[in-house]
Amino acid sequence: MHESQVKIYTEDLNLFYGDNHAIKNIDIQVQENKVTALIGPSGCGKSTFLKTLNRMNDLIPYVKITGEVYLDNLNSYNDYDIVELRKRIGMVFQKPNPFPMSIYDNIAYGPRTHGIKDKAVLDEIVEKSLQSAALWVEVKDRLKQNAFGLSGGQQQRLCIARVLAVEPEVVLMDEPTSALDPLATLKIEDLVQVLKNNYTIIIVTHNMQQAGRISDHTAFFLNGEIVEYGATEEIFTVPRDKRTEDYITGRFG
Amino acid sequence: MNREHREKIYRVILFASALIALLVIIMIGGFIFGEGMPIFTKYGLDKVLLGSKWQPSNHIYGLWPMIIGSIYTTMGALILGVPLGVLTAIFLAEVAPKRLVDLVIRPAIELLAGIPSVVYGLFGMVIIVPAIRALASTIPAYAEDPLLSSGYGIIAGSIILSIMILPTIISISEDAIRSVPAEYKEGSLALGATHWQTISKVMLPAASSGIIAAVVLGMGRAIGETMAIIMVAGNAPIVPDSIFSSVRSLTGNIAIEMAYSSGEHTKALFATGIVLFILIMIVNSFALWISKRGLKNA
Amino acid sequence: MLKPRSIEKFAKFILWCAALFTVTFLVLVLGFILSNGLPKVSWEFLTAEPEAMGAAGGIFSTIVSTVIFTVTTLVIAVPIGILAAIYLTEYISKGPIAGAIRFGTDALAGIPSIVFGLFGFAFFVVILKPVTGGWSLASGALTAAFMILPTIITTTEEAIKAVPDSYREGSYALGATKWQTVSRIVLPSALPGVMTGVILGIGRIVGETAALLLTLGGSLYVPLSLTDPASTMSMHLYKVAMEVGAMDMAFGTATVLIITVLLINISANFIMRGLKRRTTT
Repeated sequence: MHESQVKIYTEDLNLFYGDNHAIKNIDIQVQENKVTALIGPSGCGKSTFLKTLNRMNDLIPYVKITGEVYLDNLNSYNDYDIVELRKRIGMVFQKPNPFPMSIYDNIAYGPRTHGIKDKAVLDEIVEKSLQSAALWVEVKDRLKQNAFGLSGGQQQRLCIARVLAVEPEVVLMDEPTSALDPLATLKIEDLVQVLKNNYTIIIVTHNMQQAGRISDHTAFFLNGEIVEYGATEEIFTVPRDKRTEDYITGRFG
Repeated sequence: MNREHREKIYRVILFASALIALLVIIMIGGFIFGEGMPIFTKYGLDKVLLGSKWQPSNHIYGLWPMIIGSIYTTMGALILGVPLGVLTAIFLAEVAPKRLVDLVIRPAIELLAGIPSVVYGLFGMVIIVPAIRALASTIPAYAEDPLLSSGYGIIAGSIILSIMILPTIISISEDAIRSVPAEYKEGSLALGATHWQTISKVMLPAASSGIIAAVVLGMGRAIGETMAIIMVAGNAPIVPDSIFSSVRSLTGNIAIEMAYSSGEHTKALFATGIVLFILIMIVNSFALWISKRGLKNA
Repeated sequence: MLKPRSIEKFAKFILWCAALFTVTFLVLVLGFILSNGLPKVSWEFLTAEPEAMGAAGGIFSTIVSTVIFTVTTLVIAVPIGILAAIYLTEYISKGPIAGAIRFGTDALAGIPSIVFGLFGFAFFVVILKPVTGGWSLASGALTAAFMILPTIITTTEEAIKAVPDSYREGSYALGATKWQTVSRIVLPSALPGVMTGVILGIGRIVGETAALLLTLGGSLYVPLSLTDPASTMSMHLYKVAMEVGAMDMAFGTATVLIITVLLINISANFIMRGLKRRTTT
């Protein structure tokens, strides 16, 4: 775990929904240009944790967060402006959520929001982002069509392209393939492998094989705590904690 | 910093816009009470509310005829409109073939709701009033008195108002009937009850608070309606002693006399507005209370 | 004693009759007005100025006034209504302030138009006379704007609530601010619903009469500015029927009014259907 730099780390991170202590004492270091998988049973806090990284939980009332999150050694909650933080940390959601507008406008939404108006620049960003998301070939002739005309898998890649258009450094993925068929899932997984060369990726997944296939590091969450965190190979072959082993073998069983 | 500043400005603009609705209702109350209250303080609450003579030229401002006029025509509208409206609502929710509802009845009811009240008034003047006039002329005691035999009056007003409140009653009652849980209906049918027994013994009682709310809202509309009622009611400011009698509503009192009133007379019309305002507030709060209570019970 | 089965049949019969009766009423009203009014409606009727207080000539000035009045009312009411709805749904949906504003909206929705008229008279016609010109299009439109405000607020609120949260999340996650998210994602998605509210509002404005009797002035000339008095079609219909007694003119005007309302209803349905198609894909 020392072969590359730490991109994000947390210190004693806790999150409460009212009285519900959803995340407990999380200390984790996420390596740059690696894929980190967060696994664990439903309701274990892995998605909630993911959303603390780009401060999406700020939208929910009654949420209280203690502890610290650092991006590039700067405190995410104090040193960054929230817009700047979210530009640098993009997010892909469980269900594809394209906006009700054209493919082009979906991708251009982020750059436009951040003040880019020049048509030529936007064109370039749209093409580059779609290419990076392996969607360009499929949609280049229908950029002006409504994004809802795409298949589920294409929509999800569109959402990835939309994130890339803002030129983030980190991409959070919250079970990005749970609503997709196996073939579309495979395409996204391949894409993740390519993207990690340029981005730091943190992916929440229910799918154990997926975590095994695509991630470099894996964190196992249970009841809001990280039970075990390490190289994916080790977690899956020689888990140190009994609970990790139970979970992994149970799922594979 | 600049961005946060902008966000704050947008927030203030939005807040100001939202506040306008509240502000306007306060202003409406303020103006009407401000202009109308002097009449009550000068002539006494009881004299104005219960006085049965309205003679502005002699400074006599009794509102009782108009209060009675609004009550009679509204009651008449409810007597005619509620059974028809509720039965139609049951029909729409439970009996009617879906295509018939979607293609004919619902568009018809929407259109019914959209027709301007002056058009109803015109229809009333030309069709309903002459019919009632013909009927009144067969009653010897009424034939000589123009206030009783003109055809303009309580009956015509009630009929027109009943048509106008139908859409309100139908759509809200239908919603109430449709929101009765399917288990109630299934439970009753499973016990061997017929469809009608299920409707009358299970569904209507379960939907009753919604239906009452519909009736009360319809009542509010009837009390507040102006144009249609002044076109068919005759507008004599008298306490009626027959359903054939000409009658004037609170709304009509304002609409008819505002154009040529001045001074104290204008203030008396604002006083009429106060009575109307309070009456409507009571009726609508009652409707709101009933539908909220219904939600809690459900 | 009657058998349940016979009662059932009888009850169903009554229900059919009630529905039939309701529809018949409508057909009767529409049929009667249109059959009397359609022969009167001609190009001449639509484009000629009223003469003799409306007893003769056409209804041109009232059509112009209705259009100007409607547009002015919308220009005032729609922005305020939409902004208010955004505030109530996206910024505060609970709490005492929201409760107070909702109370105001509900109360406003129930106020009879003649009471709005009294308010409009006291405030816009009398107090604001230097600005509105007294009885005028401006006074009438301001009054009517507050009448349709509740309709626009509530329909816009419904439309905004129907916008999926995933759109908002997606936008925030890209670093958009609240206002950017609301103005570029939420509002455009809610637009068909907002349009329905606006069209319902138009329907109400076009038919409104009572409040205008107290605020609009009733002039039969083509208004040249917003501070001029005017007379809408509905108002004209009332006056020619009740004060002039020119029933043929009344029927003609009523026919034009009904056709206008019909067109408004049809376009509202059209938009609603478009909305359904869009949200189901």
